[in-house]
Amino acid sequence: MRHDFQTIADWIEPNAKVLDLGCGDGDLLKHLHDRRQTRGYGVELDDRHVLACVKNGVNVIQRDLEAGLAEFAAATFDYVVLSQTLQAVHHTEAILREMLRVGREGIVTFPNFGYWKNRWQVLQGTMPVSADIPYQWYDTPNVHLCTMHDFEALCAKLHIGIRERIVMTAGKRIHFLQNLTGSLAVYRFGHAA
Amino acid sequence: MPPAAPAISSLGIVVPRTAHFDAPLTLKSGAILPAYDLIYETYGTLNAGKSNAILVCHALSGNHHVAGLHTAADKNPGWWDNLIGPGKPIDTERFFVIGVNNLGGCHGSTGPASIDPATGQAYGSNFPLVTVEDWVDSQARLADMLGISSFAAIIGGSLGGMQVLQWSIAYPERVRHCLAIASAPKLTAQNIAFNDVARQAILSDPDFHGGNYYAHNTYPRRGLRLARMLGHITYLSDDVMGSKFGRILRAGAFNYGYDVEFEIESYLRYQGDKFADSFDANTYLLMTKALDYFDPTQHHPELNLSAALQPAVADFLVISFTTDWRFAPERSREIVQALLDNERNVSYAEIASKHGHDAFLMPDPHYHALIRAYMERVII
Repeated sequence: MRHDFQTIADWIEPNAKVLDLGCGDGDLLKHLHDRRQTRGYGVELDDRHVLACVKNGVNVIQRDLEAGLAEFAAATFDYVVLSQTLQAVHHTEAILREMLRVGREGIVTFPNFGYWKNRWQVLQGTMPVSADIPYQWYDTPNVHLCTMHDFEALCAKLHIGIRERIVMTAGKRIHFLQNLTGSLAVYRFGHAA
Repeated sequence: MPPAAPAISSLGIVVPRTAHFDAPLTLKSGAILPAYDLIYETYGTLNAGKSNAILVCHALSGNHHVAGLHTAADKNPGWWDNLIGPGKPIDTERFFVIGVNNLGGCHGSTGPASIDPATGQAYGSNFPLVTVEDWVDSQARLADMLGISSFAAIIGGSLGGMQVLQWSIAYPERVRHCLAIASAPKLTAQNIAFNDVARQAILSDPDFHGGNYYAHNTYPRRGLRLARMLGHITYLSDDVMGSKFGRILRAGAFNYGYDVEFEIESYLRYQGDKFADSFDANTYLLMTKALDYFDPTQHHPELNLSAALQPAVADFLVISFTTDWRFAPERSREIVQALLDNERNVSYAEIASKHGHDAFLMPDPHYHALIRAYMERVII
């Protein structure tokens, strides 16, 4: 199971209603349902993933996230999750706004571009390739890689209040110099007070 | 063209049965059918708990012959044979599948061409207009007769998908899974307009005789042929027509006349002829009206599909096809949105296909894999 799933499951309250954007095979929603008895839906564009969700018994709506979440009414979810997808979204601000339109809280995970190994590869003159950014520059779906500082600055601009932040490297939590030593960032946020 | 080889179906020969109903059926229009027949076919075996039944609802030109062959010499199997059978996505080793010809049909269920016992003549124009709601009510009676209190799933494409929706609203406790494919919650003005042109073609045919052509020993063949040609255009995509026919000429050169020149003309005329030989014009009129009338929001003052679908408790799989412009993906998304508003279990897939509305009848591997995956999780 992916390292961020455990953290997300720890945060989500039992019986919550969850929307998972870019839900892949539906593994997170299945895990949340099994562990937290959550209800909800995944949103996914890729045909193979939609099929995998159906096989997994997970509700999935095939839709391009970039077009917004028109089918979903305002304030209908407890949590809207965007796990390891933010960096591949073109309309970053729009999707963050949409998350807090339909949900009470948002949960986002992304590979931290500020991680020292990424910085080191850039210093060496190459684009970073790592476990959390496993693509060559020419075949990557990622268009908006960011550091933790970058993400938090955008949240401030959008009046998004960060409620909790967990940073990990190789599945282990990091507590010091997180933007330098953490490879994966997990945030829980809501409307700024 | 060489004669087509006999078709093969893994279900082999299937035999339709007819159920007779004596209890009067009050129709939505207020008219009453005192008695009627429904012709149906079944595939697979009903289990002891009667929990594995699936109802397949047909579309405008469909019927009860969903799968299998009627004779070994049949050139085509039932219309959804690629989906239904042993080991197929809707697996008859596991499920008991029912296909039924709707009331007003022309393949064995009571319809305009049937003899009205009150007069000894064909009903013709006296046959009442039946609606999707009436079809569903009559299908429920067939289920009663077969001892099926709850369907594992009800499945339909196009107009069949409307019956699926109606089942979920009218008999929510009697259907556990709904598969609405290439469908819509109600027709748009453009869609009704196409239907009306088709009807006008029939109604204005001098052989129509106000619907009583049976008594005149005539048949509004030209009208029905035109209606079908028009319909057929709307079931295909511009893309598939272009790639299949383009501007290909049969003789390779212009003849400067009005006989068949382009391949597409030949194809449409052939389709029109084939259909006019096998379908009843009054049934075509009636089925298009049933399409036009269906609107679950009609009785909801707020005209809101979410309110209309509030009684539905079944799980849904909604499927649309990218190039379907007669029942476009947007229309399926309206159904999805209404189900989301009601917090129902729903999955929605938009299948990339070049085949337009007809795609729902085609054996696309991803489409069939989705239905197979969904059906494998249906508990019986």
